[in-house]
Amino acid sequence: MKTKLYQIAHARAGDKGNTSNVELIVYDPIYFSFVREQLTAERVKAWFGPLVTGEVVRYELPQLGALNFVLQGALGGGVTRSLAIDPHGKSRSSHLLELEVDLPE
Amino acid sequence: MGAGERAIAIARKLGLIGLRVGVVTGDDVLDTLDFDTSVIAETGQTLSAIAPAIVSANAYIGAEPLVEALDQSAHVVIGGRIADPSLVLAALGHAFRWPAADWERLGAGIAIGHLMECGPQVTGGYFGDPGMKDVGDLARVGAPIAECWPDGTATITKLPDTGGVVSTATCTEQLLYEIHDPAAYYTPDVIADFSGVRFTPEGKDRIAVHGASGRRRPDTLKVAVGYRDGFIGEGQISYGGAGCVNRARQAADAVLARLANQGIELQEVRVDLIGLNSLFGEAQPTAAAEPPEVRLRLVARTADRASAEAVGLEVEGLWIAGPYGGGGATRAVREVIAVGSVYVPRSLVRTTVTMLEA
Repeated sequence: MKTKLYQIAHARAGDKGNTSNVELIVYDPIYFSFVREQLTAERVKAWFGPLVTGEVVRYELPQLGALNFVLQGALGGGVTRSLAIDPHGKSRSSHLLELEVDLPE
Repeated sequence: MGAGERAIAIARKLGLIGLRVGVVTGDDVLDTLDFDTSVIAETGQTLSAIAPAIVSANAYIGAEPLVEALDQSAHVVIGGRIADPSLVLAALGHAFRWPAADWERLGAGIAIGHLMECGPQVTGGYFGDPGMKDVGDLARVGAPIAECWPDGTATITKLPDTGGVVSTATCTEQLLYEIHDPAAYYTPDVIADFSGVRFTPEGKDRIAVHGASGRRRPDTLKVAVGYRDGFIGEGQISYGGAGCVNRARQAADAVLARLANQGIELQEVRVDLIGLNSLFGEAQPTAAAEPPEVRLRLVARTADRASAEAVGLEVEGLWIAGPYGGGGATRAVREVIAVGSVYVPRSLVRTTVTMLEA
């Protein structure tokens, strides 16, 4: 069953220089293994497309049911010089939650 | 120092005679940086290459000078570029007499500081999503309280008669906020390790935090270098009803052509249709239906102020020379102070604590 991440997880995004981080936390630990397996760094990089010019690195915190995605070269040169309407990239948490994962019935 | 003197003046006015203010200086390293050997990490440029544009250079300061001020009975401590979580670490280091090289406990203190440093971001602020993550009485969201123990553990809570919520979910979101590798969070005081952090509910709006650790502090300190980096000019205008997206696109094309015809050089251009693609651009799936309204936002980077002004003026010109129905034109210009990072040996940064008394 395809499910939007929004239904099973919450997210928050932060900025540091030209790097953005988007953290994903599952509401229930039973979802963590599916999210960990399907939400690879490559898939997240593809989902953000032109918003990320550098590498995407993923860190795992299984005891918190959390994944942290670090998006390099993702903030238009940094908050103060970016032309973006959301120079901090804070709304990207909601873009990540639009991704779908496949859960067993 | 000026802020410290101002605080003393305010204290005297309020009758707070005897109030002690500790002023921490030394974060300003503009005069001591070697421009030839200092390289901006993000761009690879030496500071010499952009020397005329540089306006500031401030090193991130850790908890040590703050503890020094607190140990001298400061009621208020004022400093420059103090690392955010070091504020809480300083209070803990002062109260519990933590040794300077107790890396595990310093790392635990940084975890508490990181949870606290954004105020209500750990008590339900920046968290709620009605129906999915409900936050009650958001208008009166409570400030966070950390009840701390000498072993580096703490309980995050808030006053009972305030709004918001403290839960494992709010604490987890804030723990990872602006973090890259959770096992290596670099601060001036310690390389903190959040990878083993656990949260345990202790009752309503009470979450215990434990398991944070750390290792030896880095040998270098980060310096935030501010430098002038051109101008940004922006104009916005709204279109509604059938055909609004096409009219907004035609308007943007006309503005860009008119700027080009005047020979105005734009170093970088961004065209957003707010309501359609302003946040995620091409990464956003194409909308199935036309939105009822869009707001054109046209923004460009320029070398000089006059060119940046022209961007907004041309958008405003759409009122008389654009597609039909454009409304609510606004424009703005700002000078860009870009921020780059330089890493310097710790020995280059010498802090001083000056005590003032009202």
